[in-house]
Amino acid sequence: MATYFAKPAPPSQDKRWKLVDETMRRTGQHSRGLIETLHTVQQAFGYLDEKALRYVAVSLRVPLSRAYGVATFYHYFTLKPAGRHSCSVCTGTACHIKGSAELLARAKHELGIKPGDTTLEGEVSLVSERCVGPCGLGPVVVYDEEVAAEETPQALALRLNKWIMR
Amino acid sequence: MTPEKLQQIAESERERQAQFADGVNVCVATGCLASKSQSVKGALDSEVVTRGWENRCHVKGVGCLGLCSEGPLVSTRSGALYKRVTAADAGDILDHAGKAPLRRLLCPTDMPFFQKQQKIVTENSGVVDPERIEDYISAGGYSALIQVLTEMTPVQVIQEVTKSGLRGRGGAGYPTGLKWSTVAKAVGTQKFVICNADEGDPGAFMDRSVLESDPHRVIEGMLIAAYAVGASLGYIYIRAEYPLAIKQLRTALPQAEQLGLLGTAICGTRFNFRIELRVGAGAYVCGEETALIASVEGKRGTPRPRPPYPAQAGLLGQPTLINNVETFASIPPIIRKGGDWYASIGTEKSKGTKVFSLTGQILNTGVVEVPMGVTLREMIFEIGGGIPKARKFKAVQTGGPSGGCIPAQFLDTQVDYESLAQLGSMMGSGGMVVMDESSCMVDVAKYFMEFCMSESCGKCIPCRVGTYQMHRILSAITNMTATAQDLKMLEELCDLLKNTSLCGLGQSAPNPVVSTLKSFATEYKAHIQEHKCAAGVCTPKAQEVCA
Repeated sequence: MATYFAKPAPPSQDKRWKLVDETMRRTGQHSRGLIETLHTVQQAFGYLDEKALRYVAVSLRVPLSRAYGVATFYHYFTLKPAGRHSCSVCTGTACHIKGSAELLARAKHELGIKPGDTTLEGEVSLVSERCVGPCGLGPVVVYDEEVAAEETPQALALRLNKWIMR
Repeated sequence: MTPEKLQQIAESERERQAQFADGVNVCVATGCLASKSQSVKGALDSEVVTRGWENRCHVKGVGCLGLCSEGPLVSTRSGALYKRVTAADAGDILDHAGKAPLRRLLCPTDMPFFQKQQKIVTENSGVVDPERIEDYISAGGYSALIQVLTEMTPVQVIQEVTKSGLRGRGGAGYPTGLKWSTVAKAVGTQKFVICNADEGDPGAFMDRSVLESDPHRVIEGMLIAAYAVGASLGYIYIRAEYPLAIKQLRTALPQAEQLGLLGTAICGTRFNFRIELRVGAGAYVCGEETALIASVEGKRGTPRPRPPYPAQAGLLGQPTLINNVETFASIPPIIRKGGDWYASIGTEKSKGTKVFSLTGQILNTGVVEVPMGVTLREMIFEIGGGIPKARKFKAVQTGGPSGGCIPAQFLDTQVDYESLAQLGSMMGSGGMVVMDESSCMVDVAKYFMEFCMSESCGKCIPCRVGTYQMHRILSAITNMTATAQDLKMLEELCDLLKNTSLCGLGQSAPNPVVSTLKSFATEYKAHIQEHKCAAGVCTPKAQEVCA
């Protein structure tokens, strides 16, 4: 028996929810669009919080557990707000044999956090990335959107310290 | 879209480009972008404007020119290739346009890296502008699609692909023609074609390069496949880590729709086909076809047992054709030039060419396309230019976390599906990571096990628990705290994972360990008995708890 289904109201007046609604509409308001929708939420808000997960789950008519399950299964989704800047150290094979472990250790030391975490003041998020692709130029670090080739621990420390000071 | 109209677009694009006396192509694929090629292109663009050469010199952003280690690369219409170009060189390059090439930046193209290649899949890489469909059409693009729609039946298309001997380029090497005919024969209310662009193997970046350099080729390949198997909807599943490839596809798909090459009643026939993009969210296991299907359906990317194979019951339970980027990209030339032509390239059982990404401790890193059957020695010492810093070659890792390490004594092995499998490695998607004596093989095995451990989806126990246990033992070995008993356990676990895991990830996770145990047993022994690491990578540490 078909039941009447009312679309829930967005959690707030924030205009960014319109983008999320648009993605759900584009994928046919169907649970198949769950990953696409979460991508949009993360792009718009930077991370997925409980409010957002609840809204998406109810809108797409899937249990909250499934939305949470998907959000935690994929590395790309984060449930915590990201820092103003991001530092992703590539730990792919080519970068690994060219010394990415040293870079990651230095980054941890400079920032005092583990990969996946953000500094207390919210300046920098540290990420250890699987493989970003320009393997010929390893070791590679991605600062925000900018790819740095053949990175050294010294250059990395310099860059991170600039971010922390600000 | 009719054959005549396609011809017309190609003609007018050729005319447009012929207006310019000169042309300069700048690589703006990820590799060169990382070495700041965007600023080179910007400098060339503004230099052209200052000189008032807008109608004389055509500056074009193109895809990968191959030799990533010497980037940013710039090529000119007169055939010169410049390496390590900076924005400051823009003026000099334009001064030499149409004249003798600029010596200072010249990259010799007569070296084996370029001479030994045979470009089929990457024929347009570095030549056409990936953001302009007209440029692809002027290079003969979409003519195979028109040919298929106007002159061939689906059965004939499959026959041609079967004749070519093409095998799946994702790594397993399943005959493409056979897969297509299975899907074509399967019964369902709707059929799907999926392009697997979830290139997760660390150290492999051929698919990224193809998508960034020539996205329309993949779309054309998918269209031909859809016509052959009778599918009406296609998905390209691409990993989120490749933002530029996603951007190029987001540009390319609407262009093809606008020209009526995608959509309904394509070329005035009854053939309808749409393509949607699905961006992955960072899960290596989604490269496995059943996990990929789950992910396209918006679920956690966990695999399921096969059979039924996706060809019978895939996306939404319907017959689904899943091929890799490179497989689809090989289709248009096969149709244009015939299956027999393609089958004449390569070895007896592995036909055609394969694109590899060469990385690691090697002089020339980048993307190369070679005929099947070249030897590893040719790949590494001729094309790759050998090992830098006068160090000694130790091993080459093929096939990513599912592959193995091949030591020096097998350097004369031919590169094809069977030969690599015999050595306990695999072709994989085409990543080749070269290691020299500064790499510790136990550490490499541990690295891959750590990868498989954190990428295990957790559905089946042998993989979830087995990879953890194997990683624990490998950590103990690199920390010099392992015993001979541990080594025996490690060998047993290799067997267990291989035989009892649900999907390819778990079944092949032991491969790096098995292959290094076979070829570099002395290194394992040195770690365990003498507490020594010859490469100087591992240092004794107190037993630590695994993360």
